[in-house]
Amino acid sequence: MSQDEGGRKIKGRSRLSRTKLGEWALIAIVVFYAAALLLAPLVAIVWGSLADGLGAFVREMTSADAISSLKLTLEMAVGATVINTLFGVCIAWVLVRDNFWGRRILNGLVDMPFAVSPVIAGFTLILLFGRTGWFTPLTDALGIKVVFALPGILLATVFISLPFVIREVAPVLSQVSIEQENAAFTIGASRLLTFWHVTLPAIRWGLLYGVSLTFARAVGEIGAVLVVSGGVSRLTETSTLFIFRSLDDRNYVGANAMAVLLAAISFIILLVIELLKKRTEQTQTV
Amino acid sequence: MSAQTNFNAAKPTSPGHVSLSWGKVGLRATAFLYLGFMVALPLAAIIRNGFADGLSGFRVDVMNITAFAALKLTIMTAVIVTIVNAVMGTLTAYVLVRFRFSGKGLLNTVIDMPFAIPTLVTGVMLVALYGPQRTLGAWLNAHGIQVVFATPGIVLALLVITYPFVIRTVQPVLMEAERGQEEAAYTLGASRFTTFRRVVLPTIAPAIVTGSLLSFARALGEFGSIVVVAGNIPGVTLTAPVYIYGQIESQNQRGASAMSIVLLALSFTLIVTVEWLQGRNRSSYVSG
Repeated sequence: MSQDEGGRKIKGRSRLSRTKLGEWALIAIVVFYAAALLLAPLVAIVWGSLADGLGAFVREMTSADAISSLKLTLEMAVGATVINTLFGVCIAWVLVRDNFWGRRILNGLVDMPFAVSPVIAGFTLILLFGRTGWFTPLTDALGIKVVFALPGILLATVFISLPFVIREVAPVLSQVSIEQENAAFTIGASRLLTFWHVTLPAIRWGLLYGVSLTFARAVGEIGAVLVVSGGVSRLTETSTLFIFRSLDDRNYVGANAMAVLLAAISFIILLVIELLKKRTEQTQTV
Repeated sequence: MSAQTNFNAAKPTSPGHVSLSWGKVGLRATAFLYLGFMVALPLAAIIRNGFADGLSGFRVDVMNITAFAALKLTIMTAVIVTIVNAVMGTLTAYVLVRFRFSGKGLLNTVIDMPFAIPTLVTGVMLVALYGPQRTLGAWLNAHGIQVVFATPGIVLALLVITYPFVIRTVQPVLMEAERGQEEAAYTLGASRFTTFRRVVLPTIAPAIVTGSLLSFARALGEFGSIVVVAGNIPGVTLTAPVYIYGQIESQNQRGASAMSIVLLALSFTLIVTVEWLQGRNRSSYVSG
């Protein structure tokens, strides 16, 4: 940076001011674009949710439908996050530390949920577990209802948030030297003990980053969940589905209020992610 | 046991010396079963169903007027959004990396917003701002511009959703780029623009392409924000993912599968291209 400043001082004054002007113009364009695209709609929705006063906002958010939908959303998000964290760490380890035929295929499969439209993700569950689905005879025999019930919502949420933990943990894991792991192992620690005391602490920031991304994505899912839930209020209605139904019913205050609430939850997660990102960068550079 | 597994642990990625422990086999099996059941099997189900009546049935499903218009609209809007992102994303990354100004940290955080905020919420936000009865929307309507429930609304929603992609791929490359050449060109009298075009752009071009392809893939599949903003008029503002949703609701599984296969093929091609591009630039952690 200082070299840059020095280099500029040599040049003429007019050129310096022209460069500065150009710099400010570029900054202004970017700041204006980002503000118009991201912040203006945010202000509009907060405004809209308070259109009928704070009382209406509180009333909408404390309705039985709203509360039960929030509860279901949190349950599904926590469930999907736990499942994807356990399997995600496992798969990341296999991708980085193991070598066998088919590893590249596994790696390709991990990316698919990012490439597939969420609606398609939900639709696959109907094809597998719907009225004429491949697994329907099996689930019927077991007495489990998947589609238009909670297991379907959970499966849909797990699918769309599957890659995050793997994609955040794998690069960190590949940088952790296996010497320490080997040392612990040689001393006589079991594989599980080695993982718990050596590997896990080394990947913890990347893992937490992946976990928060998974959770954020799981809370906000609509396409996949819309297809499989059936949307029975107070039973299979998540918060995003609550918004969707409120829009259909022209209950704009309710839709806006829930949207503001979900946006607030996302913001908190975003801040956590920012903090974690700083921590990961620090641990990587140190 | 210890001697053998020890050797194995010391060289875990050397083929030929792999002596399998039960734990390893278990982990591999878990990875295969989980990804097989959660990802491969569902995709197989769609392909099987889309071609249930053979190739001709598949063609009929995709080539009907509504389906074709939906596909055209989706691709067209995705192309527009990708071009805008390539330009604005690169500019944003450049400004974030090369300039110092107050509020930079805030801007850098705000850019991640679309990754965190539910897409449906983004849609509701845009309707709150540009909806026909709202302040800005009413004003624009009076001047003959309809944003929400029209194509501009779709483009706007996609711009919000995909804004971070190009930025987040270009930013790290720009940060690591050698600044010496840039300084040299600049000192020799090249304008900032010329310096950017001749020196910076060649370095970050692969990252711009990668980010653009990712945002294109994301735009193809977007549902949550569009279903709220677009108005979903068949043949006019009905996109491919919303078309699929409509077909599922009206119990036309084969039609939904056919369109799904088209979208899947498109995004699969894109992902493979991105993997290939990234593999060329740096060896990823699995390209062993």
